[in-house]
Amino acid sequence: MSDWTKVVALHDIPKLGSRLVRSAKGEIAIFRTEDDRVFALHNNCPHKGGPLSQGIVYGDKVACPLHNWRISLVDGQAEEPDEGHTACFAVKVEDGAVYLEI
Amino acid sequence: MKKMKLVVVGNGMAGMRTVEELLKIAPDLYDITVFGDEPYPNYNRIMLSPVLANEQTIDDIILNSREWYAENNIRLYTNARINKIDRKNRLVYAEDGTSAEYDRLLLATGSRPFMLPIPGADLEGVIGYRDIQDTNAMIDAAKVYKHAVVIGGGLLGLEAANGLKIQGMDVTVVHRSEWLLERQLDKTAARMLQQSLEAKGLNFLLEKDTEQLTGKDGRVTAVRFKDGQEIPADLVVMAVGIRPNFALAESAGIHCDRGIVVNDTMQTYDPRIYAVGECVAHRGISYGLVAPLFEMAKVCATHLANFGIGRYVGSVTSTKLKVTGIDLFSAGDFTGGEDTEEIVLHDAVGGVYKKLIIKDDKIIGSVLYGDTTDGSWYFQLLRDKKPIHEIRDHLMFGQDSLGNTGHQGQDKASAMTDEMEVCGCNGVCKGTIVKAIKEKGLFTIDDVKKQTKAGSSCGSCVGLVEQILASALGGGYAPPSTNKAVCGCTDLNHEEVREQVRQHKYLNIPDAMTGMQWRTPNGCATCRPALNYYLISTWPHEAVDDPQSRFINERVHANIQKDGTYSVVPRMYGGVTTPNQLRKIADVADKYAVPMVKVTGGQRIDLLGVKKEDLVNMWADLDMPSGYAYAKGIRTVKTCVGSEFCRFGTQDSTQMGIDIEKAFDHMWAPHKVKFAVSGCPRNCAESGIKDVGIIGVDSGWEIYVGGNGGIKTEVAQFLCKVKSHDEVLEYSGAFIQIYREEARYLDRTVHWINRVGLDYVKKRVIEDAEGRKAAYERLLFALQGAVNPWAERVQKRDEHKEFETITL
Ligand SMILES: Cc1cc2nc3c(=O)[nH]c(=O)nc-3n(C[C@H](O)[C@H](O)[C@H](O)COP(=O)(O)OP(=O)(O)OC[C@H]3O[C@@H](n4cnc5c(N)ncnc54)[C@H](O)[C@@H]3O)c2cc1C
Ligand code: HEM
Ligand code: SF4
Ligand code: FES
Repeated sequence: MSDWTKVVALHDIPKLGSRLVRSAKGEIAIFRTEDDRVFALHNNCPHKGGPLSQGIVYGDKVACPLHNWRISLVDGQAEEPDEGHTACFAVKVEDGAVYLEI
Repeated sequence: MKKMKLVVVGNGMAGMRTVEELLKIAPDLYDITVFGDEPYPNYNRIMLSPVLANEQTIDDIILNSREWYAENNIRLYTNARINKIDRKNRLVYAEDGTSAEYDRLLLATGSRPFMLPIPGADLEGVIGYRDIQDTNAMIDAAKVYKHAVVIGGGLLGLEAANGLKIQGMDVTVVHRSEWLLERQLDKTAARMLQQSLEAKGLNFLLEKDTEQLTGKDGRVTAVRFKDGQEIPADLVVMAVGIRPNFALAESAGIHCDRGIVVNDTMQTYDPRIYAVGECVAHRGISYGLVAPLFEMAKVCATHLANFGIGRYVGSVTSTKLKVTGIDLFSAGDFTGGEDTEEIVLHDAVGGVYKKLIIKDDKIIGSVLYGDTTDGSWYFQLLRDKKPIHEIRDHLMFGQDSLGNTGHQGQDKASAMTDEMEVCGCNGVCKGTIVKAIKEKGLFTIDDVKKQTKAGSSCGSCVGLVEQILASALGGGYAPPSTNKAVCGCTDLNHEEVREQVRQHKYLNIPDAMTGMQWRTPNGCATCRPALNYYLISTWPHEAVDDPQSRFINERVHANIQKDGTYSVVPRMYGGVTTPNQLRKIADVADKYAVPMVKVTGGQRIDLLGVKKEDLVNMWADLDMPSGYAYAKGIRTVKTCVGSEFCRFGTQDSTQMGIDIEKAFDHMWAPHKVKFAVSGCPRNCAESGIKDVGIIGVDSGWEIYVGGNGGIKTEVAQFLCKVKSHDEVLEYSGAFIQIYREEARYLDRTVHWINRVGLDYVKKRVIEDAEGRKAAYERLLFALQGAVNPWAERVQKRDEHKEFETITL
């Protein structure tokens, strides 16, 4: 079974921004939306592996910094007409701290 | 909440396009029901011609499959003709008794072929050309019969004739006027067209009035003319015009006048009822091409969605004949009059004819035959009403915007085979694009970019893609107006956004987005960087610069590479360095094991392949200013050796360059800005391809602007000559400041100058001395107190947590 691991304080992730976590499961990008929802995706664009953590975040999407594919933070799915998928990880926020399930 | 009910009558191109636009902006507002009297879901009517010419099948041209209606929860009734609208009870009735209630009703009933009211018009074998049924009737007739007569030598008639010929029939086109396509072509072009079509085996009878059709056993056998001549005919296709379908609307008491009368919001006289497409009369005009219908659809959708924005103000249309192997384009007023001028190029042997009609320094019409490469360019100049005196000399020779890098110098889509690559960035071949246009029903450059990726990266192939679209869609293709919305999040264009930012003094992105009623909560990756730039350039020192709205490179002050590492390019003012700097750079490269050290074309040194978490430490160790090699802003000032050492030098270009780079350091701009200064006309610093290029001459300095060495090489244009070093700073600074204040985000200087004209720039920078000084002052003010962002990051390490990776 996996465990919840505390990774970072919510206020240390910029709004509409992200932080990069290096873990046993590879690089994971943790995103924070305008309304303080938090999502975690593999830091790897389905197109050519661009670092999604470095993209522009808007709504619940991130635009990859390399070629501007738009990836949904909610399910890791690339927006049409592009096709592809990035793995998602479960995250939760408790008492101002962000926990990742890995 | 209970949804409102929208009923659409007419399952054709305009109606369904409106529904698609509506679903994009208000997917959950309506419960939608569609009635169509044809047995098929919505298909691409303009592709009936390629179907008849055996180039496509019916399956290829379906635009919205039945699954699409189901997925979008749209109730679709096919084979269902509406014959009554009960406006009082808001109900529509179909012939078979089906009824549906509406809160809003959209009429999109299209038009039908006009059938000449002559004896014999009701015989079997006499048809119009409008739908799949007509097309199938022609294909079937061709299997059994020999003689086809097409009445009407317009676009539709010629496409029908060409198709019937390919189906194996003997075809004669009968036309009343002196030449074919008299509404699109002048006589010369029409004669050339006729010759090409005759070479394909078609026969023509011009200036002929049809008197009657004669038949035997109920089927047509011959066509007789007023002059007594008679020709055999087993199939007669009438293509003499179309009539809007407004009988249904009229019977319900809605005001009609040769079409359903609508206002600029596509609303009929009954405010609950809207109408779009060929069935409407807007400002007295009914259109018969898809491009205007799509504009109507977009406007109508915003009103159905209750946004209450957008007006349809009519369209200028262009046409193209969809007969493979024939290139013909026509737009606007092509006959001209007393107050117009003509530019004509006629190569009878080469089969090329081009005519442009010009009035008051603007193109008002064009006819092209044989070489239509520049059709959409002329059409754009026409629609945008652009003054042409500056480009008049080259007008006839075309935009020459193609032949860019990345597609083997090809500049004519028609000369390319299907396997040839159109988009060099994304590896897309011509065949793939043509297939996508036809099968997926694409109509705009944006559609093609989205579906195929062609043209979506560097953009140099957009001209080719445009040609491919135009030839596949005929008049259905309308080049995008250059005056479009910033992105899907707003309907405002760049200029309007800038104006509002200034007027309402927006100082941060949330206020600006709320104030301008952005549709999305926090924009998208297209509008946020633009908006952020507009804020900080309009209100320097006051507006909040939002790092999250900047592209990664500007956020971290380094250039992202394909593997997610970064490059570090320190500034070396004017390309001048010292042994000390070089030693430092060497030490840093060693310490951080930098994989590659490269001298750039901008006369400085690039350390490539740096990990993000090393950036701050490296900057601290380097202790040099950022070179902004990542920025939409000032990049480098390239210099040559100049008079200090060079035996040809007339001016100290190196020092001039250093001074410029220091004066304008840290400057953000709509796009990257590159300067160069050469010490004499030998121009070793390549000033001719820079945004601002300066060339020293014996008596002073020449300033050139709008050069660009990229995808499309643009030679900088001469702006002025000045005497002193200070004047160089003032003139070039004022130029750049006006560009910073007025260009659209992501416009290079050349794009901006092309839009506003060099005359305008000269007026602002040269003639208006006060204005120039003020602009230069504004630039200096904006740059006051700017700091080296690297040093700032080093100092405030703790505030920039995003550089730190969390390790678990
Ligand atoms: C062969 C051909 C080639 C063409 N080529 C080009 C071209 O190259 N470029 C270009 O721009 N345009 C071209 N056109 C014109 C273009 O197809 C039309 O402008 C466009 O289809 C009009 O769209 P619409 O929605 O107004 O009408 P339609 O697409 O005709 O849709 C109206 C629909 O409503 C249905 N309907 C009507 N009354 C009722 C009712 N009472 N109840 C239920 N349903 C009803 C009709 O049967 C029809 O299906 C071409 C047309 C044809 C026929
Ligand atoms: C149009 C598309 C262009 C793109 C996308 C582009 C992209 C880039 C990138 C990413 C870099 C930085 C490399 C790095 O250090 O990490 C760069 C540097 C550079 N480019 Fe381009 N470039 C374009 C056009 C041009 C043109 C037209 C020229 C010159 C005529 C040019 C000249 C240079 C030079 C001289 C550098 C070195 C920069 C420096 O020293 O600051 N580039 N370009
Ligand atoms: S441009 Fe003229 S002054 Fe400058 S290096 Fe070349 S020859 Fe010398
Ligand atoms: S790697 Fe993400 S868009 Fe190309």
